[in-house]
Amino acid sequence: MQRMFCKLLLPHCATKSQPVQTAHVFRALYSSKSKVPDKPMWDSINYDKLPKLPDTDLALVEQLERISLVEFNNEAGLVRLRDAVKLANQMHLVDTEGVEPLDTVLEDRECYLRRDEVTEGNCVDEVMSNASKVEEQYFVAPPGNIPMKKRDKDHLSRVLDSKADTDDVV
Amino acid sequence: MSPHDLALLCQKQLQYTKHLNYMLQQTSSDVLEKQAKISEQLYSQGTAKALEGIPIAFKDNFCTLGVPTTCGSRMLLNYVPPYNATMVEKVLEAGALMIGKANLDEFAMGSGSTDGCHGPVINPWSMVTTPSGERLSPSVADQSSDGSDWFVAGGSSGGSAAAVAAGACLASFGSDTGGSVRIPASYCGLVGLKPTYGLLSRHGLIPLVNSMDVPGIFTKTVTDSAIILNAVAGHDNKDSTTVQESHTPIQIDEDIDISKLNVGIPKEFYVPGLSEEVVTVWREIADLLEKAGARVTEVSMPHSRHCIICYHVLCCCEVASNFSRYTGIEFGLRCGSEESTEELYAENRHHGFNDVVRGRILAGNFFLLRRNYERFFLKAQRIRRLISNDFKNAFSAGVDFLLTPITLSDAPSHSWFIQKDSRTRSAEQDVVTTAANLAGVPAISLPLKLSRQNLPLSLQLMGPRFSESRLLSLAHWIENEVQFQHLDLDFHSVEESAENQFQFNDVIRK
Repeated sequence: MQRMFCKLLLPHCATKSQPVQTAHVFRALYSSKSKVPDKPMWDSINYDKLPKLPDTDLALVEQLERISLVEFNNEAGLVRLRDAVKLANQMHLVDTEGVEPLDTVLEDRECYLRRDEVTEGNCVDEVMSNASKVEEQYFVAPPGNIPMKKRDKDHLSRVLDSKADTDDVV
Repeated sequence: MSPHDLALLCQKQLQYTKHLNYMLQQTSSDVLEKQAKISEQLYSQGTAKALEGIPIAFKDNFCTLGVPTTCGSRMLLNYVPPYNATMVEKVLEAGALMIGKANLDEFAMGSGSTDGCHGPVINPWSMVTTPSGERLSPSVADQSSDGSDWFVAGGSSGGSAAAVAAGACLASFGSDTGGSVRIPASYCGLVGLKPTYGLLSRHGLIPLVNSMDVPGIFTKTVTDSAIILNAVAGHDNKDSTTVQESHTPIQIDEDIDISKLNVGIPKEFYVPGLSEEVVTVWREIADLLEKAGARVTEVSMPHSRHCIICYHVLCCCEVASNFSRYTGIEFGLRCGSEESTEELYAENRHHGFNDVVRGRILAGNFFLLRRNYERFFLKAQRIRRLISNDFKNAFSAGVDFLLTPITLSDAPSHSWFIQKDSRTRSAEQDVVTTAANLAGVPAISLPLKLSRQNLPLSLQLMGPRFSESRLLSLAHWIENEVQFQHLDLDFHSVEESAENQFQFNDVIRK
């Protein structure tokens, strides 16, 4: 059986002080007609061709916080969203006409489905062992269906787009 | 050397490099010694298994039975999994010793290992060289607070990489969703393998992006990488996305005929910001292959530049959906108002997640809004197909493997890295790594030589899906040619107290 090679213990690799800069293969082989290009191959982006960025107004902020159940902590958080959207907007440089979305790279094969039989169980204690609050064999949660309290968004006021675009809000 | 001596030696290395902050949970030396003794017995009986007595570490997003698994997040500081991830189960079955859980970016989101709640990971090469040119003092307890600068380990699996580079274990597991194994492998001078999607089980790996996550392997050599891969690869009933055909063990072909290979150089991988040192090593290896008889051809993968943006959108969307499980009711942080379920969820999540995680959840939910679904989410999925087709086209046109950069430069300094937020750094650092995840192909980061700063410079090799045997054979051939000088942090070469020196020598003599 093949065994792990224990580099740690090889006597010759104690080269702490001045590591050898380059192995012999390097300098000798460098040639000028390399297949590697000689400059970056990305064109500059024509931002005029991109669709206009959506507004990030108070209605959007409140909607996203409601769905996500996390808050925009501060202005930096909102700026981060705007940057993320701005970056994503560059996708519109790509022509995807007639291209089907790719969900998974395993689309070309059937994935395994096990038989619908119980194979493990009787592990209530293990399953509940990580909950902070339990009673008997129940997880304990506070009352549901109570809307979140309105949160003050003054701390975002300097970076919010002022015009509220309310027609879109679900 | 016996398993017992090896375990002791690794423990010493770990102790000695503790200040690099790569290890979170450490298996107690009593337990390790006991296990090592058992391994020793099996060796003497001739019944040792494939990884018998080999010390291995896991990134702290693999569930480990009875051992806290935090994902580097306040959300899961109190989480103790009642089961083992399949990868953990398989290495333990193969006889390995689990030495501990490694530090990471919170929920594996990041490219520097600077964003976890346990603090940043320091690149072990900082003990040989620092941004100011001096060696990092091993005596400083908390390097990040004393003002000295050091090199980042890369992320998000930086702790796993640092553990192998520092000599605390012979191999480790990370997870690679957009480059999280290959980037730290590159910065820490290791072989970092991201296998084909579907080859290794994700069961018990806490998900980031289900359609791209893969467990990845850090080792110092390509052969070791193959040995670990063979021990863990194959179908798992508990992960329906592992492929069902039985795994044929990887054989490294020592006599690989380079002249029969066609290696593609995708020109679009020459991205803006690529350092001149990386370009040089890219040319050198391309030339090396050509001189050895390989056909080296420039190929075009026209959608490469859109990978990072496509990845960014899909990642945020899957995160927004995946992270809805963190409510604090069944597991995780519960510290909020008990007035209503919604208030409790919101407060738990607010306190449990860092800015990076919150930012991705919010952006993901934005892209998934009904009015944005087609123009952002589906658009990204369509681009993903174009990217995947770029690979198919290259491989069907006769290219066997692709040779590309893996990181833009050698390891950046911590002070430089934290000048920008995680979103910006990921968009910049993951620029050449995400393609392999989007297309599901295997990719390996291979250390090649040292930069002017005496830090590792690496390149990436990618192949068609399930081409690991040939990919590793080619990597092994290059490895033999370049003879990379691995980091060796032994006690001899660093100014150490006489006492430590003595203990170390003592261990070796045994």
